Amino acid sequence: MTFGRTDTSILGRWWWTVDRITLAALLLLIGIGMLLTMAASPAVAERIGADSYHFVRRQFIFLPPSVMIMIGTSLLSPRHIRRLATIGMLGALVMLTGVLFLGAEVKGATRWLSLAGLTVQPSEFVKPAFAVVAAWMFSSARLEPGFPGRAIASGLYVVTALLLLAEPDVGQTLIISAIWGVEFFLAGLPMILVIGMMFMGVLGGVAAYAIFPHVQARVARFLDPQGGDAFQVSTALNAFHHGGIFGTGPGEGHVKLILPDAHTDFIMAVAAEEFGVLLCLGVVFLFALIVVRGMARLMSEDNLFVVLAGSGLLVQFGLQSIINMATTLRLMPAKGMTLPFISYGGSSMLALALGMGMMLALTRKRYGTEELEA
Amino acid sequence: MTLFLSRRSAPEFHPSEDFQTSQAAVKLDGVKSRALETGRGRLLVAALVFMAAYGGIALRMLDVSVIEHSPDAKPAPQASIPAGDEMARADIIDRNGVVLATSLPTVSLYARTSELLDTQDAAEKLASVLPDLDVDETQAKLSSAKAFAYLRRNLTPRQEYDVNALGIPGLYFEKGERRVYPHGSLSAHVVGMTDIDNKGVSGIEKKFDPRLTTDHQPLRLSLDIRMQTIVRNEVARAMSDFNALGGVGLIMDVKTAEVLSMVSLPDFDPNDPPPATDNSMFNRAAKGVYEMGSTFKLFNTAAALDYGTATPTSSYDATQPLHIYGAVIHDDHPEKRWLSVAEILIHSSNIGAARMAMEMGGANQRAFLNKVGLLSPLSIELPEVGAPQVPNPWREISTVTVAFGHGLSVTPLHLITGVSALVNGGDYHQPTLMATDQPPPGDRIEKTKTSQAMRDLMRDVVLSGTGKNADVPGYDVGGKTGTAEKAVKGGYARKSVLASFIADFPTSDPRYCVLVMIDEPQGTTESHGFITGGWVAAPAVKRIIAAIAPLTGMEPTLQSQQAPPGRHNVAQAQ
Repeated sequence: MTFGRTDTSILGRWWWTVDRITLAALLLLIGIGMLLTMAASPAVAERIGADSYHFVRRQFIFLPPSVMIMIGTSLLSPRHIRRLATIGMLGALVMLTGVLFLGAEVKGATRWLSLAGLTVQPSEFVKPAFAVVAAWMFSSARLEPGFPGRAIASGLYVVTALLLLAEPDVGQTLIISAIWGVEFFLAGLPMILVIGMMFMGVLGGVAAYAIFPHVQARVARFLDPQGGDAFQVSTALNAFHHGGIFGTGPGEGHVKLILPDAHTDFIMAVAAEEFGVLLCLGVVFLFALIVVRGMARLMSEDNLFVVLAGSGLLVQFGLQSIINMATTLRLMPAKGMTLPFISYGGSSMLALALGMGMMLALTRKRYGTEELEA
Repeated sequence: MTLFLSRRSAPEFHPSEDFQTSQAAVKLDGVKSRALETGRGRLLVAALVFMAAYGGIALRMLDVSVIEHSPDAKPAPQASIPAGDEMARADIIDRNGVVLATSLPTVSLYARTSELLDTQDAAEKLASVLPDLDVDETQAKLSSAKAFAYLRRNLTPRQEYDVNALGIPGLYFEKGERRVYPHGSLSAHVVGMTDIDNKGVSGIEKKFDPRLTTDHQPLRLSLDIRMQTIVRNEVARAMSDFNALGGVGLIMDVKTAEVLSMVSLPDFDPNDPPPATDNSMFNRAAKGVYEMGSTFKLFNTAAALDYGTATPTSSYDATQPLHIYGAVIHDDHPEKRWLSVAEILIHSSNIGAARMAMEMGGANQRAFLNKVGLLSPLSIELPEVGAPQVPNPWREISTVTVAFGHGLSVTPLHLITGVSALVNGGDYHQPTLMATDQPPPGDRIEKTKTSQAMRDLMRDVVLSGTGKNADVPGYDVGGKTGTAEKAVKGGYARKSVLASFIADFPTSDPRYCVLVMIDEPQGTTESHGFITGGWVAAPAVKRIIAAIAPLTGMEPTLQSQQAPPGRHNVAQAQ
């Protein structure tokens, strides 16, 4: 794809202003995700009695719309991003409420909603939408004295978090909380309140531990791996060791035959076993590149809304990847969290494409007054 | 690659905010620029945190993939099986080092259900080499949601080889060990047994479970398996001769209170135990409490002699049944005359014993019984310990009946421990199942003189009383019979008795006490229909002593004492 420097069409301008390195990293991640889905999911599909390529096929169906959504969204201006996110936020809240009444219960939680034959996980879509809307509110509060932006953003956070906890989905609540906390922090929350918020975070963790039995069980297993059934994590660690530096080669691993979540939460174990730690380090590098480079670009940004929204989106993306990999490596208690663009999951991929599309849009170079009336 | 792009020099002025006055715009621009500065600084912090997190993850990946060579071990359900020949559970041996319980290495077959490809096929193949495996049941186990399923414990090496040869993925062998009791039921009630997880569930195995699993030295018991064999044979013989329900046999070293033999029949094979509720699982010797009957007259006599309310030559009126506190006390072998203390024992006179107790007083009687340990549970090294049933309140009628062994229930182990203290010079030791070289000092319960008198009196019972059937020439056996009618609802059953005999030998300086107790013997022609201790238990004690005395290195004395005729006859003395 080449565009002349003088090309002022939408695509031409997009090509010269978008962060092409990040775009390439994202596409590479999606590619690796497809490769690993092909490696890990047939074994899982066969185990549950489905056709071998059941998951692969479903994931590939979501590939073109995801890439189109990501690129399409990245064409938008910050103002349009804001509008899109606001509409998305309202839609997501309606769906989150709907899920409580109409959702299908899977493994003890109600997270999926059937919409016209497609099962959708509204909690995936609420995260990017919330990141942008909250950023808008925080920046407005800072720039327009008297505007209760912080209160609105925090109220929105509380409502969303409660809806997520009702499913229950502690993991997504954690992500939403992190987005809210980081944006509040970046928007100039006084240091005393930053410390207070950290304290609240700890308190929230303790409360989750006290209220949800499965949270307690997971912490207990983390602290005493021999005591309980830390089967998935121990098996995952064995897979890393088995794979070594270069891996056993595609199809040669056996961890995918054992782990129920080999194609989702524990996909890095499959990657490590069959493709070696080198591929895993490559994936870590790509995530780090996208997050840190994105933040670096935002640091030279002049618009507070853009800084906050971009950061919120990157925090969501980065934190999910860190929690997923840290769980697999037993650096933290088991927390079901998909690895962005790598783990199997249609809703997750579409929502991440939307979020990263918005991030790409926000981190585009803007000269002069171009589309900055935010 | 440049991760950090250079910051653009200055915030620009945005004409889009033209609607504001230029002053307001400048002011706003100031607010905006301060906000941006804060945001940028803090964003740098966030970026550094993320970099650190990713760096940590990358290091951990290298750590578990390359550096850590045995990550987390295998998720096998059991750990801590020592390497080599050493077993996790220590052996239990008798006082001479004979193995009573040991562990053998075995393998158990288990499946990691998620690794199996075809459960039906696997179950059928397994059944082909392990024919007693049920195909449907195995298939159900293999298809269950559990991650692990034990299919078969304790495979032989041949079976292990055969299963391996099937080449079924997902099947694993777990190294383990199996408890084996080479003597089977012989010492089952003492040694106890373990469950399928090698955890002690009864006897020494339970009591010493922590010791056996932490210290790999064998645990040495006080039992002598040779004596145990003899005692078990003789108790079993007496049971079968008299068609009895059960039996108890005990041997105790009187100086140390070590239990050399403890037999409770019926017993069980710990290698193949019956259900836990089975009658044979009950240890009558240590847990069963019984009204012991006339053997208690030994304690009654010793107490009266020691308190000085009676002397060996005192005599008591046994001409008439004793009417007292609304009860009538009869003698089983009525002499219908005054009896000396020795004659009370020789003829086992209930009336005489009752009169002795009344003269001594309930408080004295109770204090003495407490000293010989009959009023509280024993601290023997077994989980199965019976608590005595002590009359409460201790009325005058209790004093009368306890004198001849009714109204107070104790375990057979209580009886032999108490009698050992009576005859060993007067030192009470807690009974033990541990081999001891140097017993702790005992508690004084009586004068040495009393102990000497008790030995003589017990010898008299064997020489000229109800215990004649227990005499073993050359070993100076002393003893006392007991025939206790078993309490049934509302009274006592005359035909259901506990026939017992407690012996010590040699009476010159006793080394061992032997107790045999037979539960509900039926009369035979050889016993002339008698079901008394003298006819049922005394012959068994005699055979036991005759068999074990040579084992102890004890030399028989050449001339056996004869009772001087009429020595104790009060009527003649008067």
